[in-house]
Amino acid sequence: MPLRLEARELACERDDRWLFEDLDLDIRAGEIVRVEGPNGSGKTTLLKILSGQLTDYRGELFWNGMPMRRARGDFLASLLYLGHAPGIKAALTPLENLAWYQALAGETGDERARLVALEGVGLAGFEDVPTGQLSAGQQRRVALARLDLTPRPLWVLDEPFTAIDRDGVVALEARLVAHARAGGCVLVTTHHELRATDELTRIRLGRGGDDGRH
Amino acid sequence: MAGTETPMTDTEAAMALHREPHGGLVVALRATLKRDLLLLLRRRSEVLNPLVFFALVITLFPIGISPDPELLATIAPGLLWVAALLAALLSLDTLFRGDYDDGSLEQLLLTPQPLAALGLAKVAVHWLLTGLPLALMAPVLGIMLSLPAGSYGVLALSLALGTASLSLIGAIGAALTVGLARGGVLLSLLVLPLYIPVLIFGAGAVQAAILGDGVAAHLAILGALLAVTLMFAPWAIAASLRISING
Amino acid sequence: MWAFIHKLGSPKWFYAISARLQPWFWAAAALLLLVGSVWGLAFAPADYQQGNSFRIIYVHVPAAFLAQSIFVSMALAGLVFMVWKIKVADMAAAMMAPLGAAMTFIALFSGAVWGVPTWGTWWMWDARLTSMLILLFLYFGVIALRGAFASRDSASRAASVLAMVGVINIPIIKYSVDWWYTLHQPATFTVTSRPTMPVEMWLPLLIMVLGFYSFFIALTLMRTRSEILRRESTKRWVRDLAAEER
Repeated sequence: MPLRLEARELACERDDRWLFEDLDLDIRAGEIVRVEGPNGSGKTTLLKILSGQLTDYRGELFWNGMPMRRARGDFLASLLYLGHAPGIKAALTPLENLAWYQALAGETGDERARLVALEGVGLAGFEDVPTGQLSAGQQRRVALARLDLTPRPLWVLDEPFTAIDRDGVVALEARLVAHARAGGCVLVTTHHELRATDELTRIRLGRGGDDGRH
Repeated sequence: MAGTETPMTDTEAAMALHREPHGGLVVALRATLKRDLLLLLRRRSEVLNPLVFFALVITLFPIGISPDPELLATIAPGLLWVAALLAALLSLDTLFRGDYDDGSLEQLLLTPQPLAALGLAKVAVHWLLTGLPLALMAPVLGIMLSLPAGSYGVLALSLALGTASLSLIGAIGAALTVGLARGGVLLSLLVLPLYIPVLIFGAGAVQAAILGDGVAAHLAILGALLAVTLMFAPWAIAASLRISING
Repeated sequence: MWAFIHKLGSPKWFYAISARLQPWFWAAAALLLLVGSVWGLAFAPADYQQGNSFRIIYVHVPAAFLAQSIFVSMALAGLVFMVWKIKVADMAAAMMAPLGAAMTFIALFSGAVWGVPTWGTWWMWDARLTSMLILLFLYFGVIALRGAFASRDSASRAASVLAMVGVINIPIIKYSVDWWYTLHQPATFTVTSRPTMPVEMWLPLLIMVLGFYSFFIALTLMRTRSEILRRESTKRWVRDLAAEER
């Protein structure tokens, strides 16, 4: 299956400040792309643009060679995005949370798969506890269980290592590499230093602050 | 993180990647309805508060104006409608706020399903647990305001129809203000002027029932208003949510 | 066509072309308002029923017309901004909102003043006045929403959506308020429904309406121009312009 996300001359202006300009990206299967830059350099904004949430940008995006405007449906069906907030409802149990995410993708899904996914992120035994009673790290893990539960080739992860303990970080890092090796593609921002592998490439954004101003 | 101990073989993983999601708007809608119902039923106070507010406001009027049954009977249709409208408005602020705060809203925006339809599902739950209970409760409060007999059915029906429009219009305001830290009062300011036609025909229907005029025309217009809002509101809600998420 | 729309939408081009248009609208506004008010206030015949107090019509009706037209043009500008991402449209919409609110207020105030000789009270829940009051609230909503956002881009979009929602609602509100009014106060005297207005009366009214519109266009052009300079102050062409002036 083809997997290619391209950006040509991407630029984003928020309230008269250029976050970035003339950004050319070519992200293909098998890559882990780490977006780097100081606070306020537009990392999250770039991920939001590349995940199709923000449409207010200059330049062009292509998904598998097709302009994003036309390929949007196919793109969203291939995308798994995890933002700053984990997107987990405190009043629902992990199982119920995951069930909704499966259904949002249009899959009826089965309970067994959800149990397996939760076990995979080390939450066996917490399936029926309201998520609000879990720790921040455990809540983050519920969100991460989606990586295995609803397989998508393109992962866009904004600070996925937040609140995760050391073992969890190691496991998640290995999971990212495994995903890339299997032909997937990962776009990630993190303050955590990723282990250098063949798959890892980096994008450096702005110098932050007012330097991006024109 | 599964598969770190026993890494997947490449073919297995590649197979997994190729599992395309197979459509299913119905599945997504049903799950969203179920989830929102479940969420509200787990925090029952959020469902009960508007109803208590409704009863409280209605209690204030005889105290503030006069306990005279005749006087109350003449203003009862308007009072009941205004109080129900305010009660429905109060609960609107939380419609998208929870989803915004915990990041579910971003996820909602990124599904392959149309956002307008998913937003509509959320509004439907809001109506089911706010508008409909208010409509069912109104006749009881009508008795307390000596509302003339024969208008109780029309009162409940007009409220049931009208609050559906109110939920839809209000959801636009809620979606526009969800990204703002203190959107509560602003939300009322945006939404209340838009509620006026519904109020006119809703209270008018009850009035007509009391006077013995035909209520069919009023209810038909309320239905027409609902149809128009059903046509436009979902798109406005979706557009507003997209704006708010970029706050 | 596309090129033309985008050319029109470029702030620099708009700034240049509006500089040429602006004086004409100012001149037209001054002339029309002068002629209209002198004619209307001094030469038009007095009303056989209301006497001279009817002359408030020469302020009330143009203001009411304009109040509604401004909301519609604000919504149209919002639509243009949302669909074609033309920033000038949004700047114009932002400048129109307070002006529209002011016109609505003038219409309400003149209506209230008119109410004293006709109804003997400052306020009646007359259909036209009630609609105007609701319109004023709609304006307040748009202005407040625009002010509530930290990011100006989001504020622009939110205000555009609200203006569009509002403009769909205006006819519905107007219709329902008229209906409500006839239900509650059948066959009372309404100030502005006068099908048999003689030419000497409505001609100055027409001139005043045109004058108000010219004034609105001129003022919007002027305010949009200064808004362009404010928002584009970091752009090269604005800096060059400032250097030339100096």
